[in-house]
Amino acid sequence: MQPLERYASLLSDFDAFRAACDRPLPSVVRVNTLKASVERAREALDAEGVAYEVTDWHPGVLRLDERGPGTSWPYFHGWLHGQEEVSALPALALDPQPGEVVWDACAAPGSKTSQIADLMDDTGLLVGNDNNLGRLSALRHNAERLGVTNLAVTNQDARNFSLKPFGDRTEQPERIEAFDRALVDAPCSCEGTIRKNPDALDRWSLEHIKGIVGIQKGILRRAIQATRPGGTVVYSTCTFAPEENEAVLDHVLREEDCEIRPWEPPEGFETDPGVTEWKGEEYDPSVQLAHRVYPHRNDTGGFFCARLEVMT
Amino acid sequence: MSGDGTGENASSTPENDGQQFDRLPATADERVVPGRPSRQEVVSWWAERYEISPETWDGHTFWEKGNGKLWAFAADTVSPTDVEGLGMRILRARQEHWKPSTNAVQRFGREATKNVVVLDVDEATRFAKGEDQELPRWDGDWGYVIAAHEIAGDSEASETPRATGEAGDVEPIGVGLYLHGELRSTVPKGRREDLS
Ligand SMILES: C[S@@+](CC[C@H](N)C(=O)[O-])C[C@H]1O[C@@H](n2cnc3c(N)ncnc32)[C@H](O)[C@@H]1O
Repeated sequence: MQPLERYASLLSDFDAFRAACDRPLPSVVRVNTLKASVERAREALDAEGVAYEVTDWHPGVLRLDERGPGTSWPYFHGWLHGQEEVSALPALALDPQPGEVVWDACAAPGSKTSQIADLMDDTGLLVGNDNNLGRLSALRHNAERLGVTNLAVTNQDARNFSLKPFGDRTEQPERIEAFDRALVDAPCSCEGTIRKNPDALDRWSLEHIKGIVGIQKGILRRAIQATRPGGTVVYSTCTFAPEENEAVLDHVLREEDCEIRPWEPPEGFETDPGVTEWKGEEYDPSVQLAHRVYPHRNDTGGFFCARLEVMT
Repeated sequence: MSGDGTGENASSTPENDGQQFDRLPATADERVVPGRPSRQEVVSWWAERYEISPETWDGHTFWEKGNGKLWAFAADTVSPTDVEGLGMRILRARQEHWKPSTNAVQRFGREATKNVVVLDVDEATRFAKGEDQELPRWDGDWGYVIAAHEIAGDSEASETPRATGEAGDVEPIGVGLYLHGELRSTVPKGRREDLS
């Protein structure tokens, strides 16, 4: 776990961080309220003798005591979706509203897409995009299993995403020219998934990070351009590396007309502020409004999440 | 499948293009592409076969991609459109017996009051596994039926109105094909589970 030693300087309780990274993650499901209420899903689990614990920050996110969710009736009916606990955060930061037009730029396999559809009450238009065609079939499978019908799936490089399939630059009345909100759940070095995949860091290198940072910047910039003024863009990763987090935000703050906005996760979920300095680089002070999620704070995977507003 | 993938069809008779999504015509009178079902025909089909009320679909537009594969989309967009998916695949038409999808029946089948086969615990478990079974007691229509079962969870207490499952209070599992006293499970491989 060499790469994680880099973060000793960011954490006064680094030993607790390291110990948490060595513990396996509990199996977690999110209730899909498009198909069943939280009470109903819980009662069905109770009736089948599936033991779980409700997370103290989200009534629809349940930690299972044992077996995965794949073997219960509520899962079969699409009332539940297996999703890492911390991964429920960005959709909440995005706060999509019913009837809006929303873009999920890096959507596959669709955990966050389906959560966004749920928050939109399956109304409005949700565009789920991914450049990996193989992963898109998983996205479609998951969304349909969960009963989502407001999703259009596209297969584009998000860095130069085109709204042409939706009638942009035409006179058609149904055309879409901009999004109300966009989520960039970027490809990243995945350091924060170490509890789920113990070999997540086997291929870690600074070179790899440098390569991926360019993609992250490109996708986030395109998301800001494709979102209407006053709209919301959320940037998230499952990694700790400031190069892929605060540095990407800092870059986009300089290149595009946008600002980071304060956003608070639900009560009971503890996060740390974004860092303004790393390896001799200084970042825009507003990156402190971003949230770092360390595994030992809430016993989850690691994560990063920031909410931006697009200016005129 | 036919079509050139561009949506610009020069021939005099427009054809179905398997590469793009086309909105269904509202009624048969507005039909341009031969063989394409109209919205009205689709809505009536669900109403006649399963007594799912036509208003159920008020918020959805209907689309065809591929030969007879019909999709329900909770929004509207330009037609044709070249995307990978648009809402949920609900129905296979352009064949003698139209076949609903498992996902459509799970999402919209709670409203059904006709051609719903209610299974007991063991039968439901077999069905979810993808197994066929003898079911001589069924005296409804032959063909594609909705297989359902009772599942715990007090639907009355549900806070989400659309999730109450009031209609008969059984939960649809999937689509069965009932023929000669046998109920065949059409649960697709990727959805089958051993729940015993
Ligand atoms: C962290 S994963 C997304 C997980 C997903 N949001 C979920 O919750 O299930 C990142 C995704 O970005 C996709 N990706 C990588 N580069 C991309 C690009 N240039 N354009 C669009 N998607 C890209 C990858 O294929 C991968 O599926």
